[in-house]
Amino acid sequence: MALTGMRGLSVFISDVRNCQNKEQERLRVDKELGNIRTRFKNEKALTHYKKKKYVWKMLYIYMLGYDVDFGHMEAVSLISAPKYPEKQVGYIVTSCLLTENHEFLRMVINTVRNDIIGRNETFQCLALTMVGNIGGKEFSESLATDVQKLLVSSSCRPLVRKKAALCLLRLYRKNPDVNIDGWSDRMSQLLDERDLGVLTSVMSLFVALVSNNVEAYWNCLPKCVKILERLGRNQDVPQEYTYHGIPSPWIQVKTMRALQYFPTIEDPNTRRALFEVLQRILMGTDVVKNVNKNNAAHAILFEALALVVHLDAEKEMMSQCVALLGKFVAVREPNIRYLGLENMTRMLLVSDVQDIIKSHQAQIIISLKDPDISIRRRALDLLYGMCDVTNAKDIVEELLQYLNTADFAMREELALKAAILAEKFAPDLSWYVDVILQLIDKAGDFVSDDIWYRVVQFVTNNEDLQPYAATKAREYLEKPVLHETMVKVSAYLLGEYNHLLARRTGCTPKEIFIIINEKLPTVTTSTVAILLSTYAKILMHNHPPDPELQKQIWSIFRKYESYIDVEIQQRAVEYIALCNKGAALVDVLAEMPKFPERQSALLKKAEVAEVNTAEQSAIRIRSQQQTSNALVVTDQRPTEGSLPVSQLGVVRMPSGKMEASTQDQTSFQDQGMTKENGVITEVVPQDVPPSDILGDLLGPLAINGSPATAVPVEQRNQNLLSVVEATPEAAGSLALTTVDNQPNSIQPIVNIAERFNELCLKDSGVLYEDPHIQIGIKAEWQAHHGHIVLFLGNKNTSPLVSVQALILPPTHLKMELSLVPETVPPRAQVQCPLEFVNLRASRDVAVLDFSYKFGTAMVYVKLRLPAVINKFLQPISVTAEEFFAQWKSLSGPPLKLQEVLRGVKPLSLPEMANLFTSLHLAVNPGIDTNPNNLIACTTFYSESTRATLCLIRVETDPSDRTQLRITIASVDPTLTFELKERIKEYLVNIPTQTPSAVVAPSQPQSPVTPVAYNDPGAMLAGLL
Amino acid sequence: MGIRFVLLVNKQGQTRLAQYYAEHLTLDERRALEGEIVRKCLARTDQQCSFVEHRNYKIVYRRYASLFFLVGVDNDENELAILEFIHLFVETMDRHFGNVCELDIMFHLEKAHFMLEEMVMNGCIVETSKSNILMPIQLMDKAS
Repeated sequence: MALTGMRGLSVFISDVRNCQNKEQERLRVDKELGNIRTRFKNEKALTHYKKKKYVWKMLYIYMLGYDVDFGHMEAVSLISAPKYPEKQVGYIVTSCLLTENHEFLRMVINTVRNDIIGRNETFQCLALTMVGNIGGKEFSESLATDVQKLLVSSSCRPLVRKKAALCLLRLYRKNPDVNIDGWSDRMSQLLDERDLGVLTSVMSLFVALVSNNVEAYWNCLPKCVKILERLGRNQDVPQEYTYHGIPSPWIQVKTMRALQYFPTIEDPNTRRALFEVLQRILMGTDVVKNVNKNNAAHAILFEALALVVHLDAEKEMMSQCVALLGKFVAVREPNIRYLGLENMTRMLLVSDVQDIIKSHQAQIIISLKDPDISIRRRALDLLYGMCDVTNAKDIVEELLQYLNTADFAMREELALKAAILAEKFAPDLSWYVDVILQLIDKAGDFVSDDIWYRVVQFVTNNEDLQPYAATKAREYLEKPVLHETMVKVSAYLLGEYNHLLARRTGCTPKEIFIIINEKLPTVTTSTVAILLSTYAKILMHNHPPDPELQKQIWSIFRKYESYIDVEIQQRAVEYIALCNKGAALVDVLAEMPKFPERQSALLKKAEVAEVNTAEQSAIRIRSQQQTSNALVVTDQRPTEGSLPVSQLGVVRMPSGKMEASTQDQTSFQDQGMTKENGVITEVVPQDVPPSDILGDLLGPLAINGSPATAVPVEQRNQNLLSVVEATPEAAGSLALTTVDNQPNSIQPIVNIAERFNELCLKDSGVLYEDPHIQIGIKAEWQAHHGHIVLFLGNKNTSPLVSVQALILPPTHLKMELSLVPETVPPRAQVQCPLEFVNLRASRDVAVLDFSYKFGTAMVYVKLRLPAVINKFLQPISVTAEEFFAQWKSLSGPPLKLQEVLRGVKPLSLPEMANLFTSLHLAVNPGIDTNPNNLIACTTFYSESTRATLCLIRVETDPSDRTQLRITIASVDPTLTFELKERIKEYLVNIPTQTPSAVVAPSQPQSPVTPVAYNDPGAMLAGLL
Repeated sequence: MGIRFVLLVNKQGQTRLAQYYAEHLTLDERRALEGEIVRKCLARTDQQCSFVEHRNYKIVYRRYASLFFLVGVDNDENELAILEFIHLFVETMDRHFGNVCELDIMFHLEKAHFMLEEMVMNGCIVETSKSNILMPIQLMDKAS
């Protein structure tokens, strides 16, 4: 035996085995490593045989978890040994120890190649295996052709060819340039292979090729079916390739996996043949006593199920599958149950079986309490996937109950999923509030901030809910032990809405203050900040004033006036100052306005969680369906007071600062309600009359505030836009532009101009919505490339037909719209990707001409696409030196333009900085020493120019915020002009009153102190 | 991509064989990964299923006496097929060693590697016929 020759190795292994503890093991290993190192170093003429022995020891030591880098060279050198036993060790140990980019591998490329093209089969196998395991791009470049030849060579024996197949797979993956054109014919021949060893590896290669380009391999489809027939009937299968009587289950499984890459099977004969095979598998798989045989048979069965689901077979076969899975989710055998749940989750993709799956709900809920976490996870995933309006209450309540006992590993995921489901499928909103509060109460540690921000947002946007939420918050505060997150939510809600409870017992401002204040000593600073705001709000609602309460709250503010945390200190100071302002307090601390629509942070989180926990595709499936689901919900909702969730853009998070004075900038812009008030900007609260039912039902998040306040906003927006688009608009009408004045009987239910404006500043959201269709957008921008996906969601139970989308591209954009399907099926969503390439700077806007037919009515809309100039900007920070070098070199018009703007929206500097940031302009503080000025830099990308640096300087007048001077410089005069006009659109309040533009020559710079240079990247980019 | 790694670990958590495919893990990462997986699997009972989800892997595992066979796969594998592939590996070793036990694998690490090398390549199954798998080893035994 080979071992007799390696006595030293056995001795070493048993020494290690006899070590009593890790320390002894380390000593023994160190000794051995020392020994090996000396041998390698001193004995120059070490025989290959001895080297082999040491290399095996090294592998053993490496397996134990010790570093053996010093010996890599020796392992690699064995590859060049002339005799098989040494060469073998060289190849095998090298594949174990080294990774593909290791420099030593380069030294043996030639030896490896000689072994591969040589005549010695055993050497060929060794070399092919190593390259197959760790070969990188260089191997691919020098060996791919040889390996291809071996695979198809008729003179080569199967034992070489099977390795060549998988070696080629690796080379192909490492280097997509490997030429496989015309391989479809070869592949088709290879699938005729009689030797099942070769067929095993060829099938893996085939799966890889098909997954990359299914179109090229249609000719192989019948071959795959033939293989299944051959194995299924056990024809021409040598005994060696049957496993417990079953012809190679691995080839069968792989073949069915390969077939799942084909979208459909058109040829009726092939299809019939395949379905016969599948039918036999579905019907003929019985539970047998032999565990191995049983597993192998079920491996095939589950793969067949997946294939049937994929091919969306005739109904009878599908229901057969569901029936089988229903049986599986109830069996005791844990493996089968696990796979039953997993496959049922996959099956959710097929829409018409959902009701049957729902009939197993009780059984699935039992699995949620299984002692095995793997099964619980699958059950959770399935419940999450199958949840809809009809069963949301049951499922969410189960999840909440389970939360009490769930293991820590699952709680966060569980909490997140419960929150998402509650939000998505809430039959009424008070239930939603109940669920989230329970969630926080039961599993506060696992409830991320996003979840409680979300509930606050819902309550804020929904007046009917406010008294209820406040009552609930008040109730929770009675509990002796409360999670800190609950303190935050309760304090926030009671701060906002305590006046709504005023007449109830125990709910006077003073009582509410006392019960909240009990928590103050125990909470962390972030909560203290919220509590201070709450106190300020309580103070404001304190009518008639209770001097004692006032005194108490003031004394708390005083205490925190010198607190170590700056945020809290600032709040305390500001609130005291406000209290002395009397009426101003009421204005500043008025109720929070409604939140604008935002992207769902929760759903995003779910996606991330999915990546982390490596879950099956369930969430992905779900998230793909989300929009259509949301639409379903919208349709089915009762009219009173319920709030549907717009799925494309959902969550808006109140940032840490939640008081009105530091409220989010976007809402300022959206509402145009800003006023100037000394240092603190105030927001006038809207006295919101009940909005019309339709609006409330279909898009409350999109309609900010009442019609009374909304109209001027609309007008303003339209005016703003009229610069861009000279569409005549009826005064006060919705900003809908129709084609050829054709009257649309269908009116949009969102403000199109507002949607467009918002999408110019963010990358996803709803572009258009009417009672039948919702068009959402998701965009990605990379340098001069843009990628927009249009989501067309049909909200009806009947299809939308004659769907047409045409794009009228302006000359500065190259565009490509993928095919838009003519019909959007009922309650489905289709995605239409759209590619942009920016050619030069321009403010022209691409217009989407969209039309569809619903019933007899044709609906036409023209929608501007937010592929605007600022999307092709990338913010960049530069140092003062760079800035001024560039600034001075661009000496005047047309490269540098200056303009004095009047009638500017009164924005404070931080607000303006925020606006700039959302326009992709990087505000560079510290360059301009004048605190009233603002410097911003960005780079503009177009196909011809790549990156062009743009410098922007805004000089404001603190005594009159309605005027400012803006200077823009870049090396491209068109860019300078277009960018200036674009920024103007955002700064100027009413562009119709043409601002008196004065182009003044560039002024000498105010003295500045250069900021220390510390960013080489910025410096480099600045030079571009 | 298929099989990401094959691990043989005994009840005490000592690694008896480790083979990774297309995973570039440092020594520390490997140690951590093996530790986490082994802890997870050792804690499970016979009544629980043979699949454990861990990080981006699904671990398909099987226990033979004191030895755990753990195969890490990505989400694109048929779990039961892998489970029986483990058994095929054991049957193959059984044919060679005759009543294979932990010590056989431990003291004949190189043979275990030879067999695995014939069975899996680059994370894909390359051969399932026991006689074909054992052929190179037999050739070698004859030669020495």
